[in-house]
Amino acid sequence: MTIPNLHLGDYVADGVDWIKDSFEPLLDGISTGLAALVDGISGLLLAPPPLVVVALFTLLALLLRSWTFAAVTLVGTLLVVSMELWEPAMETLALVLVAAVIALVIAIPLGILAARSDGFSAVVRPVMDFMQTMPAFVYLVPVVIFFGIGVAPGVCATIIFALPPGVRLTELAIRQVDRETVEAGEAFGGTGRQILGGIQLPLGLPTIMAGVNQVIMLALSMAVVAGMVGAGGLGAEVVGAISRVDVALGFEAGLAVVILAIYLDRLTGAIGQSTGRSLLAVLRRRRRVAPAL
Amino acid sequence: MLEEGADRAKLRKEGLTAAVIDATFDVAPGEIFVVMGLSGSGKSTLIRTVNGLLEPTAGSISIDRQDVTHLSRAGLREVRRTKVSMVFQHFALLPHRTVGENAAYPLQLRGVNRVEREQRAEEALGMVGLAGWGGSLPSELSGGMRQRVGLARALAAGTDVLLMDEAFSALDPLIRKEMQDQLLELQSELGKTILFITHDLNEAMRLGDRIAMMRDGRIVQVGTAEQILNEPANDYVAQFVADVDRSRVLTAGAVMERPAAVIGVEQGPKAAHKLMREHQVPALLVTGRNRTLAGVVWEDDVADAVKKGAEKLPLSDEGAIRVTPDTPLIELFGDAASSRAPLAVVDDNGRLQGVIPRVTLLSALSVPDGADGTAGADGAESAAAALVATGDGGTVLDTAGAN
Repeated sequence: MTIPNLHLGDYVADGVDWIKDSFEPLLDGISTGLAALVDGISGLLLAPPPLVVVALFTLLALLLRSWTFAAVTLVGTLLVVSMELWEPAMETLALVLVAAVIALVIAIPLGILAARSDGFSAVVRPVMDFMQTMPAFVYLVPVVIFFGIGVAPGVCATIIFALPPGVRLTELAIRQVDRETVEAGEAFGGTGRQILGGIQLPLGLPTIMAGVNQVIMLALSMAVVAGMVGAGGLGAEVVGAISRVDVALGFEAGLAVVILAIYLDRLTGAIGQSTGRSLLAVLRRRRRVAPAL
Repeated sequence: MLEEGADRAKLRKEGLTAAVIDATFDVAPGEIFVVMGLSGSGKSTLIRTVNGLLEPTAGSISIDRQDVTHLSRAGLREVRRTKVSMVFQHFALLPHRTVGENAAYPLQLRGVNRVEREQRAEEALGMVGLAGWGGSLPSELSGGMRQRVGLARALAAGTDVLLMDEAFSALDPLIRKEMQDQLLELQSELGKTILFITHDLNEAMRLGDRIAMMRDGRIVQVGTAEQILNEPANDYVAQFVADVDRSRVLTAGAVMERPAAVIGVEQGPKAAHKLMREHQVPALLVTGRNRTLAGVVWEDDVADAVKKGAEKLPLSDEGAIRVTPDTPLIELFGDAASSRAPLAVVDDNGRLQGVIPRVTLLSALSVPDGADGTAGADGAESAAAALVATGDGGTVLDTAGAN
């Protein structure tokens, strides 16, 4: 007895070709738009002298988290500058920001819908599982067919890869809001929108921010992989280091990625869960205490 | 299935739970109506059907003569905004908003402008004794204070009907008592229609003008605290009330006896002597015109007066101890101990309503006969039958019918 060979991949390839043929102008438009967006942001980050941007990053760290984090940021970013990896690092940051923002714009509403409808949740969950467990490199093939080589396929692959935790954690955030508090909103005659905006989102914010944090982290890891399809930035450096077996460059590029990752992680983490030691928190406390004195 | 006569246990085998079955009751305007039952008796479900958080499968609920069971979403919102507000067991405050913003929350949902809603929130906070706390965050407040905010929020909404779902159950006993006192005080000023859910019988007896006892989704008895104590509808209620501190629930008016050993002030000592011998009592209450209490005469004095041939009754200087009908029994013991004469229950005009001899006072504290015996079983059946007969398969709550 033989089991018939099922060439599922062929169907997917046919589908990809069909999409490519039918939506060529649209795909080209998306490609140009994404490339322009990433180039614009990286241009903005690279326009001033690196030290100015380093100072800005340090200030942001101080405002949102703490003095120690600001010091770590200063040392880390200066290290990136001194390794002569500032330019690719900013390109990668631009790609991560664009991909993460688009992923969140898609993920948060999907998460809200999933939290409100069990049916929708049941449909979305396996799709998210599929997206998350599929090896990241596999996404690179169809996006290259759609968008060619460059930034756009990198952004697209990154969005797909980084999306699931955004949806999952938004759904969780809203579902775990205390039932009685939501009931209170209903009992006083709140509309669905008022309850969402006034109770569920603010109370779920820490969890949603954990999702945002995860999305950014995944986007960063994928942005490096996207170097293989010509997305530039640190990914290109890493890919170059692999092809030339250049241990020194590989280590430096890798270290720059780690520094970016730590910075983004701690910064977004601080937005979700205030440490109370940030400059903003200190100023806010002073302002509250001042009238009492 | 319920309509075919199945009970809760039978339904449970099918994997279903009937939370509330055939609950029929009216709540009068200005009344505190307490629904009392243990956890799982369906009382929380019951209160949630009243403001439409849950929809009953059968029956109807009317508030202010308006049927709220079959309203559209918008209609239901309107009812919740203007007629019914709710106080929650775990306060359900918004932790990211200040106390003032929390109290103003119902008004904000309604679209009231900032100035007015802040003013009304401040008023409501003042009513519950939290004036000046508007700028604090709920996390900075103690449990009792948080529930005051919950109460202020419901008051700021300005609705006639207040639903209180185990509102004080999460508080420490001392704080709980304080909150009960405050609720009663507020109620005497505001006269809201309150549906109060609790599993604490003492709380039910303290607060409730009337009490509905729930068990397994059905209401087994509705009545005043005294009716439930003295005429429990079945064994379940009787067992339940067995541990109640009767001296705090029962009032003088509920236990007083018809004043038999009473004599008119115009009568002579001989008549008094005869009456004392007839009733075997050492003292008589003396009433004047319109049955107003004039005083008390003692056996020894009367005997002296008869010997001397006096015309008038020898009224004692000691006088009779007067109590009002709504005095709880616990406050009568001191008086009863200090006087051998029966306590005189008088109304606001000084008219004698009844007497409480010491024996009556003591026997009132014992559980009534039949309540814990077999005799109660018959009563239970008939009462339950009467309830099912009046129920039309659902809940009827006329919270403001007389308005």
